[in-house]
Amino acid sequence: MTSGPLTFALAALLLPAASFLVIGLLPPLRRSGRPAAFFSIACALGAFISAIVAWNAVEDLSVVRVPWLPGVHGPFATVGILVDPQSASMLLLVTLVSLLVQIYSAGYLHDEPKPALGRYYAFQSLFAFSMMGVVLAPNLLQLFVCWELVGVCSFLLIGFWYRKPEAARAALKAFWITKAGDVGLLIGIVMLHRAAGSFDLLQLRFLADNGRIPLEGLGLITFCLYLGAMGKSAQFPLHIWLPDAMEGPTPVSALIHAATMVTAGVYLLTRLDWLFVLTPGVLAIVAWNGAFTALLAAILACVQTDIKRVLAYSTVSQLGYMMAAIGAGFASAGFLHLLTHGVFKALLFLGAGAIIHAVHTNEITAMGGLGRRMPHTLVVFLIGTLSLAGVPLFAGFVSKEEVLAAVWTGHFVVPFVMLLVAAFLTAFYMFRVVFLVFFADRRPRSEARRPTIPDPVLAEVGRRSSVVEHAHDPSAVMILPLWVLALIAMTIGIFFTMRPPEAEFHAPSWAAPLAVAVALSGILLAWLTYQRGLVSADTLASIFAPIRYAALKRFWLDDLFLAVYRGVLLAFSRVVGWVDRYLVDGVLNVVSAWTLDGGDGLRRIQTGKVQDYVFALGFGLLALIVWMGVSW
Amino acid sequence: MSLSAYLTLAAVVFCIGLFGTMTRRNTVGILLGIELMLNAVNINFVAFSRFRGIETGMVFTLFAICITVAEVALGLAIVILLFRTRRTASADHVDWLKG
Repeated sequence: MTSGPLTFALAALLLPAASFLVIGLLPPLRRSGRPAAFFSIACALGAFISAIVAWNAVEDLSVVRVPWLPGVHGPFATVGILVDPQSASMLLLVTLVSLLVQIYSAGYLHDEPKPALGRYYAFQSLFAFSMMGVVLAPNLLQLFVCWELVGVCSFLLIGFWYRKPEAARAALKAFWITKAGDVGLLIGIVMLHRAAGSFDLLQLRFLADNGRIPLEGLGLITFCLYLGAMGKSAQFPLHIWLPDAMEGPTPVSALIHAATMVTAGVYLLTRLDWLFVLTPGVLAIVAWNGAFTALLAAILACVQTDIKRVLAYSTVSQLGYMMAAIGAGFASAGFLHLLTHGVFKALLFLGAGAIIHAVHTNEITAMGGLGRRMPHTLVVFLIGTLSLAGVPLFAGFVSKEEVLAAVWTGHFVVPFVMLLVAAFLTAFYMFRVVFLVFFADRRPRSEARRPTIPDPVLAEVGRRSSVVEHAHDPSAVMILPLWVLALIAMTIGIFFTMRPPEAEFHAPSWAAPLAVAVALSGILLAWLTYQRGLVSADTLASIFAPIRYAALKRFWLDDLFLAVYRGVLLAFSRVVGWVDRYLVDGVLNVVSAWTLDGGDGLRRIQTGKVQDYVFALGFGLLALIVWMGVSW
Repeated sequence: MSLSAYLTLAAVVFCIGLFGTMTRRNTVGILLGIELMLNAVNINFVAFSRFRGIETGMVFTLFAICITVAEVALGLAIVILLFRTRRTASADHVDWLKG
């Protein structure tokens, strides 16, 4: 049964690709909308089933490679797929989330025009395919190609409502910021090939394990690779694209945040942990930056009033956790958190989508008391929130505790403290959302801000009261994926709480109680502040006024990027433009002017009279004869 | 008579033809000059053929005469057309290709 997992993994990979090609190449199907959606969902279902089979069948490591680019000694590059337990579980996550997101989208984008719906599902299929390509890639070159495809798909889907200027801008921003990291990745891959002579992951691993990769300069290579992961996985300072990516449809956010796109960077580092282990300095950077990102994003999440932005910053924060664990040298802990986070973050985003669908606004201050009207949504959202907060029996508990223990074991004390604070803030801001959205409903109307229009299709924004009164649970097609994810999150959580996974390290015995205590105190503070009103939110705001102000300004990072763009990039472009316009073009203009003048002068010998030409002919003949006579 | 006498004759005829072509103002005169040059060549052909005993030259001459006839017909047609459209047969007035 060696070829079994490979066959099924290949099927899982190719089904979405086929779906994309069929929907993309058959305009009648694409424009028909719903049939395209059903076709794409059917392919995603097939891919999911194949992934389950592959995951069940996978024992060790199996790989298939086909020569791609010919080289002097054997093929220069190959294509193929590599299935091991790691990629199989990742495959399972990607197919699961993409399937549920596609089903959910059928309800969420119900009112979209038909051609737009077909386009949406074509991009969804391509997105799933590219991410699986990253997951299954046996070599870095193929991984890079799929990595870029993921970037393109995120651009296409974030900018799905491309007529909306913010969406188009956000799509471009996501594309360019991640591209900045991707340049690093490409340079890293090429430099690694120069140093080790291979793109192939297995060969590279063999070389690395036998100490045959030169350590000199390896730090730069791994740092370049980390740059790529930094862009995709939204690490400081390249995290600024992720919150803006909220302009896309909510199911797209769920897909980007849970299974595809942002997980790619963490996955890359997990995949290459044997390489990063060789450069402890870079690993320390990864850990410190991860912890810093986690804390920074958690602070930012506390001041957001847009429900999707809160979730976006929480994703950045959780990605920081994963990176910190990888940086501490325990990639398995980070990977476990990646998997559990994928499930409950998809759940949270889809739940947020259900809320937005019901109340037609993103502002949590404009909501309140939705719990009674949307009981299903309340329960699943609560499950997701408890998972994210790291409460025992829920999915995020064990993985988060593992991350914390890993960072502690790796002797990163300050990052450990940062992560603890971030964990406290995570519980706080998530329950702030829960209380504000589902429970608290006693604030005067004037305090609620005027709701902004989230999506052009979801126009028709009423006043807050009518907004909340007409809210109800979404249709079955949207509730079903939510419950599936909630049950999976519960199952994972209970399973792991009962039987913790065997870690490569011994977690200190106080780690779990500490993590739980921190999470519970965060929940308690949110409850006191936003439910009981015992602690005034304004008091909290005034205590942390400087931080709050900085967080509201997004720590000036966006401004910094803009200033760099305006000050450095545009100035440089202006210089280059001047050189091109006056120096390069100047030389060309002079040459062309000379040519014109020369032609004008030579024009005069053409008299147009036949006999002048005969003269020239005769004298030419004479000259020829004389010359031949002389040279004879 | 020796070969060189024939060659001299041919050279003289050729030069007269070239001179006429270069100096005549009238297009018909230019055509006549061209005819003279062609026939000088023909004389060369025939003379060499005769003195070397190779018949190829004779055959070439016949071909050349045939082609010359066609060429003269074409040339005269051009002259007639020129006269019809421009009311002139002088080569000096035909300089529309002047640069």
